[in-house]
Amino acid sequence: MIKSRLFNSVIRTLTGIGHRVTERIWRLGAGARLFFLAIIYSGESFKRFQLTMREVYATGVMSLLIIIVSAFFVGMVLALQGYNILQKYGSSDAIGVFVSLTLVRELGPVVTALLFAGRAGTAITAEIGLMKTTEQLSAMEMMAVNPIARVIAPRFWAGVISMPILAALFSMVGILGGYLVAVPLIGVDDGAFWSQMQANVDVRLDIMNGLIKSVVFGVVCTMIALFQGYDAPPTAEGVSRATTRTVVISSLAVLGIDFVLTAFMLAS
Amino acid sequence: MTNNIVEIDNLSFGYKGRLLHKGINMVFPRGKVVAIMGGSGSGKTTLLRLIGGQIAPTHGEVRVEGAVVHEQDRDGIFKLRRKMGMLFQHGALFTDLSVFENVAFPMRELTDLPEAMIRDLVLMKLNAVGLRGAHVLMPTELSGGMARRVALARAVALDPSIIMYDEPFAGLDPISMGVICGLIRSLNDALGATSIIVSHDVKETFLIADYVYFVADGIVAAEGAPHDLMQSTLPFVHQFVHGDKDGPVPFHYPADNYRAELLQTPTT
Amino acid sequence: MDRTKIDLWVGIFVALGAAALLGLAMKVGNLTSSKIGETYNVTAAYENIGSLKRHAPVKSAGVVVGRVNDIIFNTERYEAVVTLAIDKRYDFPADTFANIYTAGLLGEQYVGLEAGGDEVMLKEGDKIAKTQDAVVLEKMISQFLFSKASESESKDVAPVAVEAKVKSTELGDPPF
Repeated sequence: MIKSRLFNSVIRTLTGIGHRVTERIWRLGAGARLFFLAIIYSGESFKRFQLTMREVYATGVMSLLIIIVSAFFVGMVLALQGYNILQKYGSSDAIGVFVSLTLVRELGPVVTALLFAGRAGTAITAEIGLMKTTEQLSAMEMMAVNPIARVIAPRFWAGVISMPILAALFSMVGILGGYLVAVPLIGVDDGAFWSQMQANVDVRLDIMNGLIKSVVFGVVCTMIALFQGYDAPPTAEGVSRATTRTVVISSLAVLGIDFVLTAFMLAS
Repeated sequence: MTNNIVEIDNLSFGYKGRLLHKGINMVFPRGKVVAIMGGSGSGKTTLLRLIGGQIAPTHGEVRVEGAVVHEQDRDGIFKLRRKMGMLFQHGALFTDLSVFENVAFPMRELTDLPEAMIRDLVLMKLNAVGLRGAHVLMPTELSGGMARRVALARAVALDPSIIMYDEPFAGLDPISMGVICGLIRSLNDALGATSIIVSHDVKETFLIADYVYFVADGIVAAEGAPHDLMQSTLPFVHQFVHGDKDGPVPFHYPADNYRAELLQTPTT
Repeated sequence: MDRTKIDLWVGIFVALGAAALLGLAMKVGNLTSSKIGETYNVTAAYENIGSLKRHAPVKSAGVVVGRVNDIIFNTERYEAVVTLAIDKRYDFPADTFANIYTAGLLGEQYVGLEAGGDEVMLKEGDKIAKTQDAVVLEKMISQFLFSKASESESKDVAPVAVEAKVKSTELGDPPF
């Protein structure tokens, strides 16, 4: 009796694990399918670029404020912390290098992607989820309009376009914030700040790689947000859960992919 | 070519082995207003989706103008859908577009009409539903009845030959209900279209329908002209038409023996 | 939101992005200083290159004139052979010095070229004969300690000072 109950609970646990794994894999596949469909049907979003423009406005322009303000503070903090460490080794002149490399290589793309997931990603998921809940996507289909071409693809490209722009802005504004703390406030030499930076930041190795990262994050974050919205159960609860999942999955994906990309970039 | 624009032939449909429809036969003659009635959850809306080709039947087939819907490829289905207009239960207006743009949507997406002509057509359609003056409003600024009328204008934007209505009267005040009711009949006759109404509002539906199908337990339980059905002695039809509380459609959801369940000691 | 306003904002957005990217490339990165077009390669051999790396700058009078293209280890003579890619705009005499310097106390290392007086100019594939190794901190310190020791000990014990002298020549020329 007890034995069989134990046996049953083991079976149940195993089935539960199996179910979760297959569920994840299924969702990954469905997400990949949506990604390919978005690519295939993206002709429309370029032919009628106005559609994409609207979404660039909604995702990119609307994220400007949070990106610029955060970048400014991140840059200032980096300068403070960097000075604190570097001056112990008598190389506080290298603060420009420290701030710029940290921003251009890592914090620019990564923090932008995290903020993007929170600001634009959730908006995308909620919007698409609600469009689905209120049968707007169904209505479109019934009008012989492909929702993937009309709704998903323009948002996808808008995200992919916006992310590198936001990341570049983040890095630049962050460096300016770092400059303001390092030079007028701490009193690091103005010339040393910029010249050391220029001597050590490589356009191809650092700036281009940062840009590549942000493009990849743009694809990943936007696609996750779109898929979560498109796949959300058409209820209030379903949409709210999907929105949460967008932030959680995007953040984890960005950090994980960042590690892999960095490893590849440093190795080559 | 037969005189029936839509034919449903021995159609079965179900999810995961549980059949929602078990061999349904229906015909929708040109120029008529045909209603599909039945209780909540009897699969009426699903029938509209089957006609629109959004889902495929398990057995049997739906023919629209002689073409078997589920055998069409994507282009074929889209071609068929261009002949259809659908009014969704809650209107499914695009919340990010104004009333004008909502009605203009199918024209912009599916035709190459010049802007001036689109403007005239949209205003004509809106005038037909009495909302020409509201064309600058956003969907959120409309009342439920007005939103339904805008959605109706959008459904007939491209002069479809089949107009499907999913619960057009649900959740409306009596005045709006009367307005919609009159519009369905007049649009049908003005456009020379065929209307398919899915509803459970007996009074309004019987007022405008030429022919009514009753769906219950996955089959066509009764059919006929409204006047004949009013006199019907079939228990189900009688219960439905007169709104009796109990009858062939039971008040209680199937459950275990009441007495036995109360006496049972909870296992947990 | 009407269309022209969206267009305007998106325009501003893209322009800001382009400006930021340009700023990063010009002001932050080394695009301006590393505009090295056509180059010619010369080699230089060192006994010790310290922590010189590929892509390290090659400077003359503080101006970047090239990059370190390649570093290989020659097993015949047990020395490092560094290939320098120098901008074609700059010609250097054949007797130019190629020394390895450190930027600041702990900064990165670079190759400094000090032009000689030869009439013949360096060309593709040439080898720079006059080189000076990287300064290795430990060697400098030990030299410093030995010379200190010899200073104080030469007064009472002579042989130790001699030994120290021998050691210091082993280490090559003192760097300063």
